[in-house]
Amino acid sequence: MAAFAEFLPYILSGTVWTLGLVAGGIGIGFVIGLVMAIGQIYGGQEAKVIIHAYVWFFRSIPLLVLLFLFYWGVFPATGFKLDPLACSIVVLGLRSGAYQSQIFRGAILSLGDTQLLAARALGMSKPRGVFHIVLPQALRISMPGWSNEYATMIKDSAITFALGVLEILTRTRYAVSATHEALIPYFFAGGLFLVLTYAGTKAVNIVYERTKIPGLVGRL
Amino acid sequence: MAETNVVLKVEGLEKSFAGIRILNGVSFEIDRGQIKVICGPSGSGKSTLLRCLNLITQPDKGQVWLEGREITNEKSDVNRVRQRIGFVFQEFNLFNHLTALKNVSIALEKVKKMSKDEANDLAMKELARVNLANDAHKYPAELSGGQKQRVAIARALAMNPVIMFYDEPTSALDPHLIGEVLDVMKKLAQEKLTSLVVTHEIGFARSVADEIMFMGEGKILEHGPPSEIIENPKHEVVRQFFKRINELYRRD
Repeated sequence: MAAFAEFLPYILSGTVWTLGLVAGGIGIGFVIGLVMAIGQIYGGQEAKVIIHAYVWFFRSIPLLVLLFLFYWGVFPATGFKLDPLACSIVVLGLRSGAYQSQIFRGAILSLGDTQLLAARALGMSKPRGVFHIVLPQALRISMPGWSNEYATMIKDSAITFALGVLEILTRTRYAVSATHEALIPYFFAGGLFLVLTYAGTKAVNIVYERTKIPGLVGRL
Repeated sequence: MAETNVVLKVEGLEKSFAGIRILNGVSFEIDRGQIKVICGPSGSGKSTLLRCLNLITQPDKGQVWLEGREITNEKSDVNRVRQRIGFVFQEFNLFNHLTALKNVSIALEKVKKMSKDEANDLAMKELARVNLANDAHKYPAELSGGQKQRVAIARALAMNPVIMFYDEPTSALDPHLIGEVLDVMKKLAQEKLTSLVVTHEIGFARSVADEIMFMGEGKILEHGPPSEIIENPKHEVVRQFFKRINELYRRD
């Protein structure tokens, strides 16, 4: 027990790495997801086919396989030298983009086409109408689904231990092998994930409530 | 001289959807300050006509001129054309995430590139014009149908259009809310704002319209002064139509 206490700060500082993975992954995924959702709804036929294939690819392959594929395969083959952390963030981001695109797509479609129609009737161009009228509403509607994606990402980030990224699980495993004590360390690690998940979804909910507009309700 | 007085000129407009001819050669003109009402059974092409006229729907054939300039040719800039045509929808289509004030001001800021203060001032003025100055900061969901439609009218007016299109503006409203919208429309008509109104409100047509155009089978079957079209139409279809409308809408 005393031995595990020495590892506490070490495991706790893994939180920063975990949050870094999540922030990076969610951020990259947000940009990719938004662009792809717009492309899938308003884009041409080619764009639709490419985006569909992308979404299908990243949603069909296990995350661990994607991590190995990109770390050992795609990045070396294309001449990129990415360390495990950077590679993990990129892969989490690419994959999250596939999921987020479908959250945004659903939200945009739920608005119907009359909002954009009204914008166009005022002489707004299509991009302007999408930016000023469709997206502000779609993003609000997306928030409940999006907080789900955050919770999934927090938990999925642990799998990057397979590349040795120094996040919570990797550090906990070191502590376990050093102390030969498994129950408390893993319980502690689980507790950390629980707190991060809870705090994050709570934060999104607060933003959701604050930006809520009468009559514009997301599907929880 | 006479030519410049024509705000909208339509010639031989045709439109089909999936092989079904919706507009089958529509031609007419509206002079500055005129109010024309379009009536006709559902499916006769009224809404499609309005949508073709501001190029939300691309017509298959025919030409449209706005203030003497053709808008149906390749070179016309649809966004510029639409800024000059106010469009009021049956279902209001207010922007749900914006207050009444912002609904009116957003296109002024983003399309007409006015400053925020300028846009707000003008938006307030337009809301006052439709008697909604006190509700400027409410969101659409906090407004009644009649109020929503008046915001939609203010939103269109703020762009300073050369002509207003109304597409059945009172058809989605509860009966007790229709009056407030018609009152605003009548006021605008008295100010000689050129308008093309699809409606079955024959009271409105009688009191402000210069002409009623009756549509059927994608064409204008009959047109003329309201009294003539309503009381003494030449076509049997038109006579039957107004007979039914009269029975339905009799409100004293």
